[in-house]
Amino acid sequence: MSENKTSEKIFTRNFHLADSHTLRLYRETGGYTALPKALRMEPAAITEEVKKANLRGLGGAAFPTGVKWGFIPKGSTEPKYLVVNADEGEPGTFKDRYLMERDPHALIEGMVIAARAIGSHTGFVYIRGEYVKPWRVLDGAVKEAYAAGLLGQNIQGSGFDFDIVLHRGAGAYICGEETGLLSSLEGKKGWPKIKPPFPAIKGAFGHPTIVNNVETIMAVPHIINRGAAWFAGLGTKSQGGTRLYSVSGHVVVPGVVEAPVSVTLRQLIYDRCGGIRGGKKLKAVVPGGSSAAILTPDEIDIQMDVEGPKSKGSMIGSAGIIVMDETVSIPEALMVVARFYAHESCGQCTPCRESTGWIYKMSRRIIEGKGRKEDLDTILDVAKRGAGTTICAFYDGAVGPYISYIEKFRSEFEDLIMRSAHA
Amino acid sequence: MTADARRPQFTPEQLAEVRRLQGLYPDKQGALLPVLHLAQEAYGYVSLEVEEYVAGLFEMSPAHVHEVVTFYTLFFQKPKGRHVVSVCHNLSCHLMNAKGIIGHLEERLGVSPGETTPDGRITFLTVECLCACEQAPMMQVDDRYEGNLTPEKVDRILDGLP
Ligand SMILES: Cc1cc2nc3c(=O)[nH]c(=O)nc-3n(C[C@H](O)[C@H](O)[C@H](O)COP(=O)(O)O)c2cc1C
Ligand code: SF4
Ligand code: FES
Repeated sequence: MSENKTSEKIFTRNFHLADSHTLRLYRETGGYTALPKALRMEPAAITEEVKKANLRGLGGAAFPTGVKWGFIPKGSTEPKYLVVNADEGEPGTFKDRYLMERDPHALIEGMVIAARAIGSHTGFVYIRGEYVKPWRVLDGAVKEAYAAGLLGQNIQGSGFDFDIVLHRGAGAYICGEETGLLSSLEGKKGWPKIKPPFPAIKGAFGHPTIVNNVETIMAVPHIINRGAAWFAGLGTKSQGGTRLYSVSGHVVVPGVVEAPVSVTLRQLIYDRCGGIRGGKKLKAVVPGGSSAAILTPDEIDIQMDVEGPKSKGSMIGSAGIIVMDETVSIPEALMVVARFYAHESCGQCTPCRESTGWIYKMSRRIIEGKGRKEDLDTILDVAKRGAGTTICAFYDGAVGPYISYIEKFRSEFEDLIMRSAHA
Repeated sequence: MTADARRPQFTPEQLAEVRRLQGLYPDKQGALLPVLHLAQEAYGYVSLEVEEYVAGLFEMSPAHVHEVVTFYTLFFQKPKGRHVVSVCHNLSCHLMNAKGIIGHLEERLGVSPGETTPDGRITFLTVECLCACEQAPMMQVDDRYEGNLTPEKVDRILDGLP
């Protein structure tokens, strides 16, 4: 990897500037130059460029973005919607907050271009309710964009119309799941829907809809400006570009780090975030938000693209990296994670609703010194039985930690249970 | 709080805002969450009477509105304190001593998570990830995020609240 490649900054290039959220500064640093270009392109050509750039969704599932856009039915006269997933709720992930607070115009520019590609005239940004500041900043930016003729009717004389509506959520992790999000946008509780039909065919309010993560959409203006080959070249074979890694836990400098997806997990922890706090040893790391399977210190020499964590049975997910030093009790960490999934299950599918609650109870009693010998195997058995049987990927996300924490740190759980038995 | 959640009636300005919000969606039902946010700002919480009133504005059943209100954590069904303090107890915050912060607040406020201080000043909650894990341990105080908490910092923040 060349030096140049590691230092390339796209998303965070203006983060250090005080006015980075303003239209003036965005323009001064080259913003809104992709837009007129895209408005002159054929919609299909925009989608083709995004495909060639090898952009993968950065919200969790890593689906190729251009391919997804291509699922919008051709020639349909129905209204189509672009929905930006700004519900950021995956534990360990905080990049979308930075992006919206510090570079909101890149999101707006990306949305107009994406909308043009899919033939949409209305875009919704679904922002988690707790994100009051990002919402205010984005709201200000949208107003600036309208005033400057960058949104609304006949944008820059192109004949293309596009409006953005900001929609605030009200506190529910499951509304980050794309069909749960759409239910919520439609004024219902955030219950995920069975797929197919996929949102591209029947999405928001029953019409073709593309749901993309904030960061995914923000990559688009850069791809249009600098070309698919450049973006693809920054990354690996499986995925182009740089992305933002959210790093938290026991590192010296936690925060958002931008790096090409060829960066390794070891480099992120030790070179970019200063290593483990207090000179302690690394015990474990979660590479892709709390739903990703946990890794041990001998598993961190992996590239942080879609393939790297997968090769160790985990996933890149939202690229939320949670670092744990040697003092951490893994059974306690599991209890915290299990509490989260039990609390956030929408309750629609029996395996998810019942298993998340039961596993939380078992993990809690292990911590409380009342663990039973059979608890570990019961957790593993319950977890595995439910996997793949539910409406949405929430439950599979919960299963990742349940199984990996126990399989990789089993003796630590057994010690606790043994001590309980002798107490 | 002067508006009465037991006899809700939006002002003409608020009603105009409801119509504007409803017009932003292909089906006006899309505006339900925004309007519930509006109602909660007006009345402090979403009482059964507010649910019924909002249902009328959408020509939908109060049962639907109730189902929505109870699904989301940011809608309160009971009066809340003048301030809401929500401490994150998810994984990154747990690693950075969220338990200590929660214990400190329990002691200082004399109430458990989920409760409001007897003087009605503070509602204290524990919540799942606020997605500011780089500043763990984290809490939200009303609209604001406050991170890198220590017991002393928590005290300073609470002392500074009106
Ligand atoms: C339980 C669950 C929670 C999710 N939370 C989020 C989220 O907070 N933000 C997000 O962008 N995607 C989230 N996703 C992924 C979305 O369902 C969807 O794949 C994504 O928004 C698509 O955008 P992308 O292709 O640009 O990544 C979640 C998925 C699941 C199953
Ligand atoms: S898997 Fe869980 S969260 Fe997803 S729809 Fe089923 S019950 Fe709801
Ligand atoms: S774990 Fe507390 S803010 Fe994410």
